Amino acid sequence: MSSQYHLDYLGQLEAESIHIFREVAAQFEKPALLFSGGKDSITLVHLAKKAFAPGKIPFPLVHIDTGHNFPEALEFRDWLTKEANATLVVRKVEDTIKQKNLTEPKGKFPSRNWLQTYTLLDTIEEFKFDCCIGGARRDEEKARAKERIFSVRDEFGQWNPKLQRPELWNIYNGRIHKGENVRVFPISNWTELDIWNYIRKEKIGLPSIYFAHDRKVIEHEGQLVAMSEYVQPSAGDVILTKKVRYRTVGDMTCTAAVESTASTLDEVINEIISTRISERGETRIDDKVTEAAMEDRKKNGYF
Amino acid sequence: MDLLRFITAGSVDDGKSTLIGRLLYDSKNILIDQLEALEKSTKNRTDGSVDLALLTDGLRAEREQGITIDVAYRYFTTPKRKFIIADAPGHVQYTRNMITGASNAALIIILIDARLGVVEQTRRHSIIASLLKIPHVVVAINKMDLVEYSQDVFNNIVIEYAEVAKQLGLTDVTYIPISALNGDNIVDRSEKISWFDGKPLLEFLEEIETEHDVNLSDARFQVQFVIRPQTEELHDYRGYAGKVISGVYKKGDKVKVLPAGIETTISKLESGGIEVDEVFAPQPVVIQLSEDIDISRGDSIVKVDNLPLVSNELEVLLCWLDDKPLVPGNKYLLQHNSRLVRAVVRNVEYKLDVNSLQRQPIEGNIKLNEVVKAVIKTASPLVYDPYTKLSSNGSAILVDETSNSTVAAVMLQR
Repeated sequence: MSSQYHLDYLGQLEAESIHIFREVAAQFEKPALLFSGGKDSITLVHLAKKAFAPGKIPFPLVHIDTGHNFPEALEFRDWLTKEANATLVVRKVEDTIKQKNLTEPKGKFPSRNWLQTYTLLDTIEEFKFDCCIGGARRDEEKARAKERIFSVRDEFGQWNPKLQRPELWNIYNGRIHKGENVRVFPISNWTELDIWNYIRKEKIGLPSIYFAHDRKVIEHEGQLVAMSEYVQPSAGDVILTKKVRYRTVGDMTCTAAVESTASTLDEVINEIISTRISERGETRIDDKVTEAAMEDRKKNGYF
Repeated sequence: MDLLRFITAGSVDDGKSTLIGRLLYDSKNILIDQLEALEKSTKNRTDGSVDLALLTDGLRAEREQGITIDVAYRYFTTPKRKFIIADAPGHVQYTRNMITGASNAALIIILIDARLGVVEQTRRHSIIASLLKIPHVVVAINKMDLVEYSQDVFNNIVIEYAEVAKQLGLTDVTYIPISALNGDNIVDRSEKISWFDGKPLLEFLEEIETEHDVNLSDARFQVQFVIRPQTEELHDYRGYAGKVISGVYKKGDKVKVLPAGIETTISKLESGGIEVDEVFAPQPVVIQLSEDIDISRGDSIVKVDNLPLVSNELEVLLCWLDDKPLVPGNKYLLQHNSRLVRAVVRNVEYKLDVNSLQRQPIEGNIKLNEVVKAVIKTASPLVYDPYTKLSSNGSAILVDETSNSTVAAVMLQR
């Protein structure tokens, strides 16, 4: 058969993701796309646009705002929402902390990452979302490698590896009982490099912090953390100005920068290919706490 | 660059995790932090070696109990291909997980311990490969280092397995002698196995021809979602979003909507909001038809000169996946791609022994991991092809309406 009817790997991954998006729109009454502001969720929005064109994306983008975001990421979020003609829902961890009288995390890098779970579960409750679409990938981390594309959660948002449904062929079973909801991961089978190559192929825009820029940082256990009002430097810390970029965009308190001069997509991709450190290990400060950190957070309703 | 999905199958101690670890390690797809974690966890080992199997270990619960619960997915890329590995555990009780992992695989690696040859589990894995019609089979004869890299041992296992393959109708089988532990014939040709003139495993995986695995001759499409923007400029727009299951569709094609049986013409094809002249499997598409017909999710659009089967009485092979047994006569939901219909399982004819392929009489209810031949009656007709002809339009699942679990993998026969 002639090769004109052959999809390359990015075409195949895209086809699978679009298929998943359409299953979500058809199977659930109130789905939502969890939008973190990072490149993975930006890619999700792009795929959702393609899945439903010329119609609108038939569900809202939901941002659980920790209050510790990079301003560049928030600006980009608002621009993207407008550009995609999508609906944006923002719920703030700050408000949950006040309402529920939660204890603010302390320390040098006070991460509200863990507290996001509370706000997320409240938001699911508020809007009665029965499905939350997330940008997790199975190559990110070992607890993810076992997660289904349609992952059923109980009313506490908890994941139980032993209760996952077998997922066969391309048939997705999203039936749930009242109170349960499903987390759906359309880009499960993509790797970090696939995402970057797709961004390049589709010319998807990204927040500026993904490219090299000058930033005031302090060094902490071999990682570069941006100085911001949320970080409490110790007496001995030296504040340096370095040329850096980000590989993931999370909170300012829990995302580390890498030294880089890569200012274009091609340069970023070349750096990633030559780099030998995986994404989460390099730039997520919170995963270092315990080896099973992600497993614990998933069980507790984290994304 | 294209994509190859494969599954690895082996018994508990065949070295499956070591093989996967080796593929990731030798193709440089394990990264410094993973390596550090690996070294940390192997510190307690007395011989100081790196345990590659730890690379594929997942959850703490599993590590503590020394088990693998579920199918895990691994990813690696070489300059020639992207690979997705479905890593299914080999325990006797996990047929269900193997079927899950195998359902999307284009290739299966069946591991055989060179010291043991073909064992019961080898047969079981091969039978599942044949039931699920996995197009390509690689028999990796592992632990060659423990049989002094003997050509005779290898040849005898090839003869033994060829008999199994013949019985099962597995046509595309390749044999490779390896040692996953030492890296022999994984990435590079092994000097210790110089008598072997085939390709090392990774090279074989990179080069195997898979283009013909996609059926491009029987056009099949099912509606997933109806797009109706209802905006001012797209006031009357009605597009049928779905995936091309197989074949090719062109603008102007004369088509039939099934099961309704109405004929019409494709007036427009769109992909990502852009008009295109043709689409092929497995591309996503939005189809517009020249006539206004009542079509909804689960309906099929096929070409008038190439029709699938349409029936509400289905002969099937099904594998039971649930702890709660199948009670013949019970009602379930059947999901065939995006079509959901009520169904009742009737006339369970026989059970298939997955170790011998022998047909056995049914005694009592059907339990987890059992494969049976049955007749399913559905409340409205299904539009399908036999699994052996076109697996992507011949597969379905059963869902238990009370638990919402996926309880059976269904391969439609007639």
